[in-house]
Amino acid sequence: MAAAALGLAGAALAADAPAPDRRSGYEFMSRETRAMQDDETANPGLLWVREGEGLWRVKVGAAGAACADCHGEARTSMKGVAARYPAFDAARGGPITIEQRINQCRVERQKAPALAYESAELLALTAYVARQSRGLPIDVGADPRLARALETGRALYHRRQGQLDLACAQCHDQYWGRKLAGNTIPQGHPTGYPVYRLEWQHLGSLQRRLRNCLTGIRAEAYPYGSPELVQLELFLMWRARGMPVEAPGVRP
Amino acid sequence: MDARPDRRQFLRVAAGAAAGSVLLTVVPARAVPAATLEAIRQVTGSAPVQPGKVSLTLPPLSENGNSVPLEIRVDSPMTEAAHVKSIHVFTEKNPQPNVVDVHLGPRAGRAVVATRIRLADSQTVTAIAALSDGTFWSASVGVVVTIAACAEEL
Amino acid sequence: MAKGMLNVPARAARGAVIEIKSMILHPMETGYRRTQLGAAIPRDIIRRVVCTYNGTEVFRADLHPAIAANPYLVFPTVATESGTIAITWTGDNGFSVTESAAIAVE
Repeated sequence: MAAAALGLAGAALAADAPAPDRRSGYEFMSRETRAMQDDETANPGLLWVREGEGLWRVKVGAAGAACADCHGEARTSMKGVAARYPAFDAARGGPITIEQRINQCRVERQKAPALAYESAELLALTAYVARQSRGLPIDVGADPRLARALETGRALYHRRQGQLDLACAQCHDQYWGRKLAGNTIPQGHPTGYPVYRLEWQHLGSLQRRLRNCLTGIRAEAYPYGSPELVQLELFLMWRARGMPVEAPGVRP
Repeated sequence: MDARPDRRQFLRVAAGAAAGSVLLTVVPARAVPAATLEAIRQVTGSAPVQPGKVSLTLPPLSENGNSVPLEIRVDSPMTEAAHVKSIHVFTEKNPQPNVVDVHLGPRAGRAVVATRIRLADSQTVTAIAALSDGTFWSASVGVVVTIAACAEEL
Repeated sequence: MAKGMLNVPARAARGAVIEIKSMILHPMETGYRRTQLGAAIPRDIIRRVVCTYNGTEVFRADLHPAIAANPYLVFPTVATESGTIAITWTGDNGFSVTESAAIAVE
């Protein structure tokens, strides 16, 4: 199983076998918010998906290339892709997120400038790509080349930090289901990303949400694209393996 | 939340232009803010507003005040002779009282409208329907608004 | 690329009441927010949504800042004849978007 493939990290990670009571943040939401996610005509995330669908065909950069020129119809070529990210990238020798992969294509193949994190275009493309994996089970982290990054991500998840000296694990492993400021604490599975968060009134990435959490515990938030956030993303997706992708999700 | 000690129900009639609209509505003993009364008066003039015919649906507990689903239904045949001309929504604790003004008519077929609104705090939301016969009808719903746990820096 | 979403049934029976669902990408900046340095962020909202059916106005809504971002509006109309149902959103800073959909009424 996964433990054997992960070698040295195996012992620690084997303890994180998928718990039988794993639940998506969807299950902690009100009936109304769940309906908002489920209704294709009411889910605001789909506005970004549609923008992404348009951008997919726009020729950009010195290469004058559109995503569609290499990848054809996203419905087929991108099916299952987001469910496998973060994935191993040989050039980096480590994990790469969907956003980083999109920018890698932009810079290296389309010869266009990278898109800023949380920019309209990057969110639209990410939403469009992630949408093609909706309903498919998350399948991340089994790659043995990601073992070390995965273990670092796990350590970050369990590390107490910030002025409130809290670790992710304390709220999301120990206290999920209980209340924090009127909201129910979810288990923290990134099944819905990029997500339309009601608090943001906007679509946003998992890294934006993680930075919010870090600010919430009064820690200095790691910068977008930092190794720490990528490792955390990798660990969280591995922790959610087998759960269906809900992108674009809606969350409070 | 309100900490007013007495919440007796009473019928409030504010007569005359000086005091604002004649609001024949049974309200708890909390004062409807003057701004809200004035906004309602802009729509109803000095005509009475009666509770009834309007069904206002909002979740009693909202997870986030940035987006609260709202649906209004008005009991009306929506014929040329008898229809809802407009529906107006008001709040009491938002920075300003108006939310939306919807104009219907017989072409609507039914008097139903749904949208998502912002609520700055736990409060009462009021919907007033203007009928083609010149009468005004209302419904009010209280919503408790909770705040997200981890806010972010702007 | 369409900024607005308009959902209208493709076909309907004459006289039936159909449901029109609309949603559009727009921040609906209230005008009440301030930056961290205290500067006011000016209001920027959609002010009016108008729906026409073969050119005749059948629905109109005036929006205020209390309408949530990316405004979602669902309303009914009678399927009177085949043709085009169009929706126009207008607002601050010259915002104007129109989307339309065909409907076949038998």
